[in-house]
Amino acid sequence: MSIRGAVHIAGAYEHPGRHLPDLTVPQIHADVARGALADAGLSFSDVDAYYCAGDAPGFGGMSMADYLGLRCNEIDSTETGGSSYLVHIQHAAAAIAAGHANVALITLAGKPRTGGAAPGGSMRSSAPEGSFENLFGLNVVAGYALAAKRHMHEFGTTSEQLAEIKVAASTHAQHNPNAFLRDVVTVDEVLESPMIARPLHRLDSCVITDGGGAVVVVSDAVAATLERQTAKVLGTGVAIKHSTGGRPDLTFTGAAVSGPKAFAEAGVTPSDIDYASIYDSFTITVLITLEDLGFCKKGEGGQFVSNGGLLARGGKLPFNTDGGGLCNNHPANRGGMTKVIEAVRQLRGEAHAEVQVPDCKLVLAHGTGGTLATRMGSATVILGQEDA
Amino acid sequence: MTDQLPSPTPATTLETEPFWEAAADGRFVLPRCNACDEVIWYPRLFCPSCGSNDVSWFEASGNGTVYSFTVVERGQGGWREHSPYVLAYIELAEGPRMLTNVIDVDPDTVAIDMPVTVRFDAGKDGGNIVRFGPAS
Repeated sequence: MSIRGAVHIAGAYEHPGRHLPDLTVPQIHADVARGALADAGLSFSDVDAYYCAGDAPGFGGMSMADYLGLRCNEIDSTETGGSSYLVHIQHAAAAIAAGHANVALITLAGKPRTGGAAPGGSMRSSAPEGSFENLFGLNVVAGYALAAKRHMHEFGTTSEQLAEIKVAASTHAQHNPNAFLRDVVTVDEVLESPMIARPLHRLDSCVITDGGGAVVVVSDAVAATLERQTAKVLGTGVAIKHSTGGRPDLTFTGAAVSGPKAFAEAGVTPSDIDYASIYDSFTITVLITLEDLGFCKKGEGGQFVSNGGLLARGGKLPFNTDGGGLCNNHPANRGGMTKVIEAVRQLRGEAHAEVQVPDCKLVLAHGTGGTLATRMGSATVILGQEDA
Repeated sequence: MTDQLPSPTPATTLETEPFWEAAADGRFVLPRCNACDEVIWYPRLFCPSCGSNDVSWFEASGNGTVYSFTVVERGQGGWREHSPYVLAYIELAEGPRMLTNVIDVDPDTVAIDMPVTVRFDAGKDGGNIVRFGPAS
């Protein structure tokens, strides 16, 4: 059974705040849930399935279903870090296609800026790998720097090429009034920013923001009753890539598996995609993911992103037109939800006019949770216009 | 600098105690699957290659090469004051790639494929951490 075309994203909402000292995490979950349901033309009483990840407080889905007053027949709290919400879309699609649910709500919220959470979250102390990784000073940036260094070694990728990714994100972010960083930066400014873990600079890194987002996934029957333009879910793919008993290959990500699965289900190829939201915890995350998804050959990511390759205007593949995690928003240190939301905006023609892709019919969103150096959860979602 | 990195007493479990007890004695041991001969990293009493739980320890050569590395210029928490330090994947002669530090070296001279050998680093906190340094 394929879920192709069986479900639709009917509502999408990104919290406008990036600094939220006066809201609790449950309040932010509730605000984005209300926003996404209102966007769809639905209400809390319509929701019969709920999805959340490790950012949800307390007992996760049970605590939040209680707080929100949801009556759920279906629940899932799959945790793959920042990609969780794309995994949830696949799970919601399967549940809806199987007849277990009609209206699935997926929420994300967190306060790493004002709530004191460690950047990137923290591993549970019970992790079996714990004393063989953190003991050596592995941190979030270093976990991506190790992959960047190996990619540079094998393929000649340069810091200038990585910086091009930040430049493109910042070029888009200038048009987003809610973006955390709105100044357009140059390649030189990225290279001159403080080095955090060689070869990654501060400006190779995503922002740390409070906030959240939500999407609503519905059945055919529900979609037919709504006035709002919906996005058809055409294909999904999920993969866990891990350290393989101590033989990690740092030159690829789980996108090399999740991408082809999503493309096969959707029945499309990378060259068909009009717009892509690519997970951008760091510039290197984008570059390797583009290769793994098949937008260019392995090792040619640096060349692909150069000369404005990712720009909405004149680029080969318009990406992260909201400014992405690199400039706009990385709520709760998890960028997957905002990737889906901007992809939906593009399909609806509701991105900022300066970055809207003309005649946008087919979009891709990709999430990467965890760390490139060790283990990650990768998830790809392909969406299309309803006549796709 | 890199010769005085944090070396807290590692948290051990029933599965990993033999690794750290050997390290305390100045021996570098690795787990190997008796069913498929796979050398396993990180240490566990389970083989993720074939699913066997028949695993035993053997003394490793202590030799390897740098697979990838980063010089962390801005460490977090207790590592901040020890920056810059070298975090690396060492490809052990026995096969696995192990996350560790490269010490006793100028960070600017570390390179991919550089030969390294094991060091038992008491560090500033008195633990006995398995790190690597340039092969002599």
